[in-house]
Amino acid sequence: MRGFPGDDPRPSYARVDRWLSETDDALLQTRRAQAEGFFRRIGITFAVYGDDRADERLIPFDIVPRIITRTEWQRLERGLIQRVTALNAFLADIYGKREILAAGVIPEELVLLNPQYQLGMIGFRPPGGVYTHISGIDIVRTGPDDFYVLEDNVRTPSGVSYMLENREVMFRLHPELFARHRVAPVEDYPDLLADTLRSVAPDGRQRAPTIAVLTPGYHNSAFYEHSFLADKMGVELVEGDDLFVRDDIVYMRTTAGPRQVDVIYRRIDDAFIDPLAFRPDSVLGVPGLMSAYHAGNVTLANAAGTGIADDKAVYSYLPEIIRFYTGEDALLPNVPTYRCREPDALAYTLDNLADLVVKEVDGSGGYGMLVGPHATAAQIDAFAGKLRADPAKFIAQPTLALSTCPTLGDDGIGARHVDLRPYVLMGADGITVVPGGLTRVALTEGSLVVNSSQGGGTKDTWVIDG
Amino acid sequence: MLSRAASNLFWLGRYMERADFVVRLLDATLRLAALPSSHDDAAEVWTSALKAAGADGWKTADGELDEDATLQHMALAGDNPSSIRSCLERARANARAVRTALTIDAWEAINAAYHDVQKLRDQPATRASAGAILDMVKRSLHALDGALHRSMLRSDSLWFIRLGAAIERADNTARILEVKYHLLLPSDERVGGGLDHFQWATILRTVSALTAYRWIYRQSVKPWLVADLLIMQRQAPRSLIASYGDAVRHLDLLAAESGRRGPADRIGHATLDWLESSKTERIFADGLHEFLQRFLAENHRLGRAVAEQYLF
Repeated sequence: MRGFPGDDPRPSYARVDRWLSETDDALLQTRRAQAEGFFRRIGITFAVYGDDRADERLIPFDIVPRIITRTEWQRLERGLIQRVTALNAFLADIYGKREILAAGVIPEELVLLNPQYQLGMIGFRPPGGVYTHISGIDIVRTGPDDFYVLEDNVRTPSGVSYMLENREVMFRLHPELFARHRVAPVEDYPDLLADTLRSVAPDGRQRAPTIAVLTPGYHNSAFYEHSFLADKMGVELVEGDDLFVRDDIVYMRTTAGPRQVDVIYRRIDDAFIDPLAFRPDSVLGVPGLMSAYHAGNVTLANAAGTGIADDKAVYSYLPEIIRFYTGEDALLPNVPTYRCREPDALAYTLDNLADLVVKEVDGSGGYGMLVGPHATAAQIDAFAGKLRADPAKFIAQPTLALSTCPTLGDDGIGARHVDLRPYVLMGADGITVVPGGLTRVALTEGSLVVNSSQGGGTKDTWVIDG
Repeated sequence: MLSRAASNLFWLGRYMERADFVVRLLDATLRLAALPSSHDDAAEVWTSALKAAGADGWKTADGELDEDATLQHMALAGDNPSSIRSCLERARANARAVRTALTIDAWEAINAAYHDVQKLRDQPATRASAGAILDMVKRSLHALDGALHRSMLRSDSLWFIRLGAAIERADNTARILEVKYHLLLPSDERVGGGLDHFQWATILRTVSALTAYRWIYRQSVKPWLVADLLIMQRQAPRSLIASYGDAVRHLDLLAAESGRRGPADRIGHATLDWLESSKTERIFADGLHEFLQRFLAENHRLGRAVAEQYLF
């Protein structure tokens, strides 16, 4: 029994446990080296902002799979569908009738004064009424039946290419382990994504819709993923310069002349997507794109203005938001969250910084956060200053006893903390969740930070029968 | 296809070809510089290599043309845009920007070539290590060519790479001729001494045509025949006429796919017609230098016309 703390592993890990005890460390290390060689050759790299030297660093990949049973998965899936349904309904409402604000479920200023609230989206209904075409919902587990949502990502969630490539590499590395399990497939994700995007094309097209993936370009940390998804869907990968707008219609510049684009899976944030509508200094976007969007001639996925729904202060109201739109209690609970904008919560947070995780409400990628139990007294003091200066910018959460998974380190197998990001697709015809997702793992013993920008790694996630 | 993708593929082809040219140029120059008769002219030998690679004017910090430093500059310098390393870096950057237009095999080959050179970049290139470096790059480029040939769809993505390569190849051959043209005297002039013979052999080696020369002409190396081979011989893959045949063939394939023709097609065909109606004797009579100048200008015009026609 290796890599499992305390008690026996969960029954779902019995075969992994047996495989680990039968396989010697030298062979595991060889497999790890093979996996790294494979990733480097196909060019999956990850740029870390602020690190000039390592322009192209690999995200570490761990060769031990993370296991979820089908029963556990079905529970997660119901919870995810419920949650994304509510997030989408929330967006339609706050840019429409604002019933949730009228009902006083969530403070009006938290929505209307939020920098993520896009005034341009008020009164506009995107095709099919879909805002959150692609969501990545981060989930942590703290016990056999205790799954919590840590945060929602409904702007341009990334990482799904790792889910797909990790599976590919695992097939090559461990054929014998696949023979012992019945693992639910994930490789149809690109087809499901393409179907989702097609389903929300503007009405009245006489031809098959033309889809494009819009990337900021190859200096972006997720460029590999953008090209990977475009390739697997068989659609063009475009940069801002490849598109232009004439009479509110979006065209690609091709060698055969202009070609109209119907659906854009954009991997550029709202602020950069159209220099005429948002930041005028953006060189990544397409002038006039928002105007074409509002004229109904092109669909953006995800819709503009979704950032308000994954704001971490709004997150803390998600249980109420779910109840408001679905009439049900949330199947997947939130992690208890202290909104530092509220004086009591701020006081509590300041008193307990050493035990809490504090995050910026609109931050992502693990940047600018404080992990109390792992911070020095000086770091805590400095952070307290930032917190007092602008409390509304922060939320605090207790540090959770995240579940662990056996993970291969330099000196053998050990238990490491993991989280899970499943990907939820919403088209005009409904919601689909691919079984599994991206498991992120904190590679340092005891660490709780799994973000790849902070040295975390990834694992293949197996949803198994029985 | 996207115009930007077409542009990236075209330049991928050009940089790949340029890297290959610099490899062969260094290989041939090292041999020439190793001849006892070159000892006094080492600086001259390396100056003309730099010129042929479009890097003339470069000098070491102390103003001397030291062999190892020049080798390092042409093979591995990051600040020399025509070094082998820079060419491979740019080829890869172009490939990376159009990953979806390349097969996995082709991408892996480009990526491997890049990583091979990155591994060497911190070791100095010297006469002793150069052979291994050049061999390795040559093998990488062959692997890339093979991957393109074996795995790419026969469609515009491949045609743009091949078109870029053909235009670059023509440019390289014309430039090596231009640098050495004063050695390529017409047949009624004096036949030079020992060193000249090796200079001509060097030119042939640079375009991997020394053996080809012997098979085609079946006589010792004569300067006017070297020029004939490099300009007019269709059998020699790097001759101007063969490169243009190649360029025009790929322009035609692109035109067939898009159903449109434009200025690039006209310039390509006109230049090929001009080459086909030329005779080596006439070229010498009218001046080899003038001929090469005109060719380089036409070739440059073709590159620009391709960019305009396909909206790069």
